[in-house]
Amino acid sequence: MNQSTTEIEETPYVDATQHREANHLGMWMFLATEILFFGGLFSCYSIYRWTYPAAFAQASNRLDFWIGTINTGVLLTSSLFMALADLAHHAKAVRLTRIHLSLTALLGAVFLGLKFYEYYQKYVEHLIPGPHFAFPDAPPQAQLFFFLYFAMTGLHAAHMIIGLCALGWLVRRTTKPAWTARHSDAVSIVGLYWHFVDCVWIFLYPLLYLAGR
Amino acid sequence: MSLLAAPIEKPPLPSYLEAGHSVRSWLCTLDHKRIGLLYLFSITFFFAIAAVAAALMRIELLTPAGDVVASDTYNRLFTLHGVLMVWFFLIPSIPSVLGNFVIPLMIGARDVAFPRLNLVSWYLFIFGGAFTLYSIVGGGVDTGWTFYTPYSSTYSNSHVMAMAAGVFITGFSSIATGLNFIVTIHKLRAPGLTWFRLPLFIWSMYATSVIMVLATPVLAITLLLIGLERFFGVGIFDPKLGGDPLLFQHLFWFYSHPAVYIMILPGMGVVSETIAAFARKPIFGYHVVAFASLAIAGLGFLVWGHHMFVSSQSVYAGVVFSLLSFLVAVPSAVKVFSWTATLYRASISFETPLIYALGFMGLFTIGGLTGMILATLAVDVHVHDTYFVVAHFHYIMVGGMVLGYLGGLHYWWPKISGRMYHEWTARISALITFIGFNLTFFPQFVLGYMGMPRRYHAYPQEFQMLNVLSTAGASILAIGYILPLIYLTWSFFYGKKAGPNPWRNPGLEWQTASPAPEHNFETTPVVNGPPYDFEVLPEESV
Repeated sequence: MNQSTTEIEETPYVDATQHREANHLGMWMFLATEILFFGGLFSCYSIYRWTYPAAFAQASNRLDFWIGTINTGVLLTSSLFMALADLAHHAKAVRLTRIHLSLTALLGAVFLGLKFYEYYQKYVEHLIPGPHFAFPDAPPQAQLFFFLYFAMTGLHAAHMIIGLCALGWLVRRTTKPAWTARHSDAVSIVGLYWHFVDCVWIFLYPLLYLAGR
Repeated sequence: MSLLAAPIEKPPLPSYLEAGHSVRSWLCTLDHKRIGLLYLFSITFFFAIAAVAAALMRIELLTPAGDVVASDTYNRLFTLHGVLMVWFFLIPSIPSVLGNFVIPLMIGARDVAFPRLNLVSWYLFIFGGAFTLYSIVGGGVDTGWTFYTPYSSTYSNSHVMAMAAGVFITGFSSIATGLNFIVTIHKLRAPGLTWFRLPLFIWSMYATSVIMVLATPVLAITLLLIGLERFFGVGIFDPKLGGDPLLFQHLFWFYSHPAVYIMILPGMGVVSETIAAFARKPIFGYHVVAFASLAIAGLGFLVWGHHMFVSSQSVYAGVVFSLLSFLVAVPSAVKVFSWTATLYRASISFETPLIYALGFMGLFTIGGLTGMILATLAVDVHVHDTYFVVAHFHYIMVGGMVLGYLGGLHYWWPKISGRMYHEWTARISALITFIGFNLTFFPQFVLGYMGMPRRYHAYPQEFQMLNVLSTAGASILAIGYILPLIYLTWSFFYGKKAGPNPWRNPGLEWQTASPAPEHNFETTPVVNGPPYDFEVLPEESV
């Protein structure tokens, strides 16, 4: 049995269209679970911010507004390149796809770099929740804010890292000769994920960085 | 479901059981039927451990004094029983074992949409199970299966993290399974198999999958927050910082109440199949039953607050949650009425799966009606945290889901093993389970109403009589569980050959060999009629 028939035997699909539709629906379902996953954190945030508006505003002002804002721009631009990569892929422009995917990944890495620098700042300023937390003149609820800040941005960063791995895998695949041979929907599937992670940040940025402004 | 006649004259395809005999061919299989069997063995293993914990508790409760185990051990026993039964037996029982096995067969597909993800889900399940077993061996957890803060956070003195990690990981297994089923049911149906030609089992598995996919992530984030609380040493459920422990309960029940429907909807699906099969009639009000599954899934998301009627939740919220809890009973009752109407004037044959289904109908009705009592705000204050609650949810989960699971296992056993079990042994065993179950749990309603609180290992003298009855019932119930294990295993090797369609059923899963061939169907079936169409089935195809 040669390679191609084996592959047909092993997939549960009758044709490529069914396969593509299943992949897309699968990704959308996964993103729905992600919304509920982040949703738990967002509802905790909403409840506590509603209950302790002053403490949250005070704590929010200790975040670095400019790093947050620049990171928002960086991430949105990375999403633009992701969309361009998808267009290039549909136009079967392999080199252009690879370049755009690489730029997406590069900007994602810049975002994470800035994020971790921010974490380091918070460590220096004793703003990491726990026994060493020190925020003079602030009510105890300020610590709740920082707990949520680290939980939410940390979870977001974990998703970014997974996204970077997926992008790296895609870039590597574009260098393979088999890439052009058959139309793959991997770019749009990874794109959906990347845009989702971007959307989460669009909510995180105002909630965390602008709460005190 | 009528089919194009496809007489099979060619030598039959090798069955999925004959497709490979190495350990690797099982542990690396992508075949949904083999993965179903992997789940079958795993959940039987976890069920056995959880059942031993229950047996120890019942032995302890035989006498009023707390003499067999210390109160601390007792706490660990009921936590272990709850965690294993809920996440490692009930939730994967019908979906991951029977659903995995029969969904692709029932919709005429070759496999589930993502076979690799399906295998990954089993490994996640086992990985989560390993964490949980480690926490048990390491000394157990005493929080109860609900992991309420601050027992699980600030004041925890047991292996909460290992067990929570186990449940967290297993949660992703059930998300993966749910996602797989949704995509499979949407995209992989055979030509002509429209939504309203689907068997009702598929409808209820679809509703179950929606709950799995939408509710489980909330449990995951909640357990993650507990983990972070332990990691940072402070957390958002900590009142010292202004946090609210009740928020944990809200998040937990936002998952866990819908999860109750993960534990009953699949059972309802099995009952719909078996009632149609042995009444030899289409289910009365097919569309209503199909939509009732979706209604239960939808409303199930809106009733979590009834677990917190006495936990300082706002009274107004309590009123709304109470009303919504009554509403969710409507689609459930619709199903019971539809099944009853299907049985009315039918030519019924009392095969084992039907006996389990009838047991389900009766016990689920009692469980559901006592649920209404608990949903009533004022009465709940009286019976909250008593054995009344314990009896109520065991009527749903054991009387409903376990009977549904056993019924389904018997019903599809010929397709799974290619063999028949011994009918009379199975019938008697089903009756033993029914009697044992009622003797175990009915006295607990009375005990609870008299005021015996749950989760204590000692109790006043006046409760002893009913507790002795309950323990006696539990030992009868144990026989009802052990018997199928023995005769089903026996029949797997020595049972009478079943043939492709022992129940003379028009369902697609019966139109292929037993045990099913590796790729399910020789040619993709084409459907051109409604489900449960017993008229079209030619007698000679038996």
